Amino acid sequence: MEEPKLTVQNKTVESIPAVTIRFAGDSGDGMQLVGTRFTDTSALFGNDLATLPSFPAEIRAPQGTIAGVSSFQVQIADFDILTPGDNPEVLVAMNPAALKAHLHDLAPNGMLIINGDAFIEKNITKAGYKLDPRESGELDGYRVFEVPMEKLTKEALKDSEIKGREVLRSKNMIALGLISWVFNRPLEGTIDWINNKFAKLPAVADANIKTLKTGYNFGITVEAFHHTYVVDKAKLPSGEYTNINGNIGLSWGLVAAAKLSNIDLFYGSYPITPASDILHELSKHKNFGVITFQAEDEIAAAAATVGASFTGKLAVTGTSGPGLALKGETISLALSAELPMVIVNVQRGGPSTGLPTKPEQSDLLFALYGRHGESPLPVLAARSPSDAFYTAIEAARIALKYMTPVILLSDNYVATGSEPWKLPEYKDLPSLSNNLTTKLNSKEGFLPYHRDMTTFARPWAIPGTPGLEHRIGGLEKEEGTGNVSYDSANHQYMTDMRAWKIANIANDIEPLVLNGNEKADTLVLGWGSTYGGITQAVNRLNEKGVKVASAHLTFINPFPDNLAEILSNFKKVIIPELNSGQLIKLIRERFLIDAKGINKVAGVPFTAEELANIIEEKINE
Amino acid sequence: MSKVPVNYKRTDLQSDQEVKWCPGCGDYTILASVQSFMAEMGVSKEKIVFVSGIGCAARLPYYMNTYGMHTIHGRAPAVATGVTLSNPDLSVWVVSGDGDSLSIGGNHLIHALRKNVNIKILMFNNQIYGLTKGQYSPTSEEGKKTKSSPYGSVELPFNPMSLALGAEASFVARSVDMDRDLTAKILQEASTHNGSAFVEIYQNCNVFNDKAFDQLTSKEGRVANRINLEHGEKVIFGAEDEFAVTIENGEAKVVKRTDIDDSRIYVHDITRKNPSIAFSLSRLSHGPYGPTPMGILRKVQRETYNDDVFNQIEMSKASKGEGDIDKLIRSLGTWEV
Repeated sequence: MEEPKLTVQNKTVESIPAVTIRFAGDSGDGMQLVGTRFTDTSALFGNDLATLPSFPAEIRAPQGTIAGVSSFQVQIADFDILTPGDNPEVLVAMNPAALKAHLHDLAPNGMLIINGDAFIEKNITKAGYKLDPRESGELDGYRVFEVPMEKLTKEALKDSEIKGREVLRSKNMIALGLISWVFNRPLEGTIDWINNKFAKLPAVADANIKTLKTGYNFGITVEAFHHTYVVDKAKLPSGEYTNINGNIGLSWGLVAAAKLSNIDLFYGSYPITPASDILHELSKHKNFGVITFQAEDEIAAAAATVGASFTGKLAVTGTSGPGLALKGETISLALSAELPMVIVNVQRGGPSTGLPTKPEQSDLLFALYGRHGESPLPVLAARSPSDAFYTAIEAARIALKYMTPVILLSDNYVATGSEPWKLPEYKDLPSLSNNLTTKLNSKEGFLPYHRDMTTFARPWAIPGTPGLEHRIGGLEKEEGTGNVSYDSANHQYMTDMRAWKIANIANDIEPLVLNGNEKADTLVLGWGSTYGGITQAVNRLNEKGVKVASAHLTFINPFPDNLAEILSNFKKVIIPELNSGQLIKLIRERFLIDAKGINKVAGVPFTAEELANIIEEKINE
Repeated sequence: MSKVPVNYKRTDLQSDQEVKWCPGCGDYTILASVQSFMAEMGVSKEKIVFVSGIGCAARLPYYMNTYGMHTIHGRAPAVATGVTLSNPDLSVWVVSGDGDSLSIGGNHLIHALRKNVNIKILMFNNQIYGLTKGQYSPTSEEGKKTKSSPYGSVELPFNPMSLALGAEASFVARSVDMDRDLTAKILQEASTHNGSAFVEIYQNCNVFNDKAFDQLTSKEGRVANRINLEHGEKVIFGAEDEFAVTIENGEAKVVKRTDIDDSRIYVHDITRKNPSIAFSLSRLSHGPYGPTPMGILRKVQRETYNDDVFNQIEMSKASKGEGDIDKLIRSLGTWEV
């Protein structure tokens, strides 16, 4: 096969520090794939990057409509970045609907690449345009490049074994090839990937490679594309990197936690967007001794996980908001039985079915309080895809050490977005302790509720251990014996003990760290996936002379010990959240401070620019 | 499950907790049957786990000197699934009632049976909600007057045997609290069955639904109405053995023996792969009224969920080697900075 010529006489290469590119098309157009491939190529090249996939909840939403548009945004940079960018500088629109849905975000003078063949009357009308947007003047102010992607695809594949409607399935490769040319990215990695992916379908592999090269060659041939760009390698800390999304990071963290604790992992789950990928990932790793149980429903997934915990596994159940609601009673059982368990909640837009494929942080109070009775448990949140790895290990550490269910929050932004991750060595990860026992702990027999008085954890004697046979359950237990007890003083004591046990964890977690100007008057406090946006916004403000600090919570329950002191050092506390104000309620109630919220539930994350503007306004208020 | 030579007395299986069912409750008899059987099962008690949901029956684990967990309403089969998948060497028993298994926990019951998870489910059927003091249950007879149905229940009850067979259960049997011999025999067969077992035990609630099973337990009823199923035996019943069961056009029928030739009497075969005849037998009565089949309806061997799960893990370890975290986190491609 002929390789594309890489020397073009009049080609110019402009070096730029960063670029944000958004690919948008019909949900069947393969935009997620194009975005992912471009991301992986850029990652292997050495850029820093962050991504934001966005797709409809429907598998095949009506073709050609705004509702059916799927997009993938990636920012690549030669410096350390934390977000997928604000307004894209490059937009690839595969049809009029994609243009209509995304044009308003394109930066002024941005590069707009459109698939000209899709701009036929039917599609233009379907997208809701009265006039052809190419002729109406609304593309003025952008650098428009119209590419006949369908014609190019058909031409490229005229001798291919692929025929008929299948031909146009490869047109996304035209876009990828062309963008690869414009940003000086090699095709080899993607060609290898295609050959690997379609190893059993050589005709399909061949068609995709041909169109990919056609897109690239189109850039070589058409003078309009001879001004190209390069984003240099990022000056990141040296080490070995991989590109990872949050669902995979979290899954690997759980597998690592199992290994670190020397206890096999049990993962019970019921398919639900956007948590299902954790089940998919874990079910691949049976050679780690991982047992995955796809249950008949959310409750069974949690209940089997409780059974696994009782039997000595690192027991984890994963879900998204609606599923967490169904698991509530079972989590209370684990809490009362004082069994170690991790409950992963990959948050999405709610209430009810809500926005299944969009990020939101609106389950925080539910995670903290969504159970009957007095039922405190630790709640942690992952802030980024790579952080999900470490937060999963931390959640397991707490569960095993303190014999408690732990809720680990992620969200759709962390779960599906990706970033480069500087890989740790397994030997440098912490080993995890547990309360497994094979010994009698009293002369009278085994006392399942006889606690370790430093952690308040009870011993973990699992079925199969001779001499420690005992019964536990959801009825209130007598301290020590674990026997059913309706005694009023005992219930008060056990309720208090369960609360102390969780509160005491504050002594065993990393203190909160400040970013930005520590002497500023204003602190921006966040949790979870807003980390990138907040940190970038605060850094930008400091660069332009606005003094501000930020801090990001991993533990929302219990709060780290130094939070009170940190809060007392600032006159103003601002709390951005992708909800209507949930952490802020906890902070105001606990610390009696007049914190101010920045709140959004629009199905999209904060951009750094948006946050910087509002934070500055609030500072000046 | 590894069998170890163990020599227990019934009292070795009794916990130190005071049994707190109502005096005269059928649960006492069943508990005694279970404890006696467990003493002789040949499994050491640290390997026995009792898991229950909510209801009167669900208190049973507290009275067993084994591992046990009293969980939440209806979920015991799911909890037990987690237990057996975590340690396939355990003998895992679910104790449940008709409300727990067939109402709030119906979904877990049918899926555990369908998957053939290696757990033994004992459903004490008293045809009433006892612990909540007397509402009709999914096995109460139509028209039953209770606190929540003062004008009579308008619901058709489940036939638990039919339900279990419809859910692809590989072991299905029925006993009654007072018949300790039959219960012991069924428990024995269930304990050696590789896969899920569903055992319905009719249980008299002398407070809220007394004498519900009189047609099967009274002096006359016992002989007149119990169709005792024995593998390999002709199905014959009645005080004088005057009735028999035949299968005509795939349907089980009660006939007078004087009306047919003995060669037409159905010879019970619990190992039939096709559950149709077992199902048809289960339809001979829709509740403990009139001629009612008792004993084992079905016991077939098929692959268990446990075995399949562990085979995949072992095969994966054999082909990929023991998991290595450093390799795992580098499996998507890496680059050096």
